[in-house]
Amino acid sequence: MKKTMIGNHAASWGAQLSRVQVIAAYPITPQTLIVEKLSEIVADGELDAKFIKVESEHSAMSACIGASATGARAYTATSAQGLALMHEMLHWAALARLPIVMTNVNRAMAPGWSIWADQNDSLSQRDTGMMHIFASSSQDILDSTIISYKVSEQVLLPTLISFDAFFLSHTMEVVDMPPITDVDKFLPPYNPEYKLDVNNPRSFGALTSEEHYYEFRYKMQNAMDDAVGLIKKEGREFEKLTGRYYDLVHSYKCEDADLIFVTSGTIAETTNVAVDELRKDGKKVGNLKIRVIRPYPKQDILKAVKNCSKIAVIDRNISCGYHGIFAQELKGALYNESDIPVWGYLAGIGGRDVKVDDIKEIADETFKSKKPVDMIMKGVKI
Amino acid sequence: MKLTIPEREIMQPGHLACQGCGASMAMRYALKIFGRDSVLTIPACCWAVIDGPFPYTAVNVPLFHTAFETAAVMASGIKAGLDVQGEKSTNVIAWAGDGGTFDIGIQAISGAAERNDDITYIVYDNEAYMNTGIQRSSATPHGAWTTTTPIKHYKIGAKKNMVEIMSAHRIPYAATASVAYPEDLCKKLEKAKNIRGFKFIHILAPCPTGWKSDPKYTVKLAKLAVQTNIFPIYEIENGLKYTQNKKVKQRKPITEYFKYQGRFKHLKKEEVEFIQKSIDRENEILLKKF
Repeated sequence: MKKTMIGNHAASWGAQLSRVQVIAAYPITPQTLIVEKLSEIVADGELDAKFIKVESEHSAMSACIGASATGARAYTATSAQGLALMHEMLHWAALARLPIVMTNVNRAMAPGWSIWADQNDSLSQRDTGMMHIFASSSQDILDSTIISYKVSEQVLLPTLISFDAFFLSHTMEVVDMPPITDVDKFLPPYNPEYKLDVNNPRSFGALTSEEHYYEFRYKMQNAMDDAVGLIKKEGREFEKLTGRYYDLVHSYKCEDADLIFVTSGTIAETTNVAVDELRKDGKKVGNLKIRVIRPYPKQDILKAVKNCSKIAVIDRNISCGYHGIFAQELKGALYNESDIPVWGYLAGIGGRDVKVDDIKEIADETFKSKKPVDMIMKGVKI
Repeated sequence: MKLTIPEREIMQPGHLACQGCGASMAMRYALKIFGRDSVLTIPACCWAVIDGPFPYTAVNVPLFHTAFETAAVMASGIKAGLDVQGEKSTNVIAWAGDGGTFDIGIQAISGAAERNDDITYIVYDNEAYMNTGIQRSSATPHGAWTTTTPIKHYKIGAKKNMVEIMSAHRIPYAATASVAYPEDLCKKLEKAKNIRGFKFIHILAPCPTGWKSDPKYTVKLAKLAVQTNIFPIYEIENGLKYTQNKKVKQRKPITEYFKYQGRFKHLKKEEVEFIQKSIDRENEILLKKF
């Protein structure tokens, strides 16, 4: 059934269709509409779940961890400062191997107070051990929520689904909601082998010496490796139900491109439009959207860019003191494998709009440039 | 013979507590009452170590170790998770030290209490961060030495009145208890077990390592704390109904309590007199509530 809805509500309905059993959340702009809608959904009896209205985001993730440890399906959502406050418990969820799925509406970190789109909040959680998706449409948000539970519950790692504040969170799009009976066929109830069970008492997360801790990390790394294949496999299963396929990267007209943009989030959608316009002008460009950054789809990226002669990465984030984070990651992937030069661009920081013309300008600049540059801060007023 | 304390032992030998640890006694009694249909969550505190290293455990009920400030909300999450799966009878117990309760965990406790989540929160109070090596907490009494309040700058300021803070949330049940009075402690645990909503029990648990006392005096000190009125034993129902559980006819001087502990050895006569006056004043205020 097709419905018009904002990106935030796509997240709410994604949680409803996934039949989450425990929700714990705290308000923060621009996320709040997700949990407001979920409160209504639960109150109206459209979802049989416990909703714990906690006193902080740190407690939101903690409550989800407790619930997930009993074998319940748990969900939360937040933004920026809230995600930063959760940080400790994101590590906890991942190391405790709990398949919690959460939404983060990408918002710039304060100060100065900003509620606008920026990826620094969720990229600061890169090394927590969570799988991390950047959705680029409302449909992607809803579908990713469902698929992520399926993947998370197999590899026993949590998933963070991020998307841009306002450009997606508050923008109406048409979303196709699959019937819940179809989702039920795809996503069975969560039934973990190990959980808090009074008939089989175990201790979880006890004091761990150097004899064992390293092996926990080894197993997490293996789980991440397995997730690469599982995201594709479950993506294909989901496609059978809905006709929509989600991969770790999505390549748009990259096959014969001289220049490939590497993008994420809503900038990726704008870039697809720019690619079409540039192609009309005879410029052979393509766009590689990175949808999943953890696990990092290195092989998929290498395959997608192998024929091009230049790469331009557009980052809506910055690791101050180095440069854009997607650019860093990409260069790491190419090293030892390829000698394609990489130009790093920053754009859209703090919610500044990135238009089709901006991307066309990046294309021109990169075509003209002889020597790759680590970071070009597009549009910065100095 | 009818026993006042259940014979059953849920907690097993092999734990890692120090000699004379009041906190391990408290856990033993708590599990005797709550039984096997219970789930524990424990944040960073002595008990995070006492239970034993991976893959061992001493408590014999499911135990989820959690972050310092999260015991209460972790219990809320566990309770919600069990509830939605139809496991409604299971007792969910947050078990934390004074640092995790009086200091870093107070926000999550206040949240869970205000929501009246159906959990039992038990603080075993050894009056400092003992697991990290005896640093002061807001449960450390006035005058005490700790490694962060050395004798030249001993702890100044009263111990936070946690049970009053909790009862101000109008929770169904809040109580203080002591490992020196196990029948009273067990009655309170039993009461908490049978009340729906948020229950808070504050157990004074002497720590020979941190209090610089002889391990053989743990029970004696816990008893003296009550007999000197520095740690009165009472309960508060629904934030309003106060009941005194151990009446002290003639309180003993605080010096009786201090003399078995190294942490108060540096105190001058005037400071001890000040402490004595404070105890007597606090006791007067409390007695009016019963």
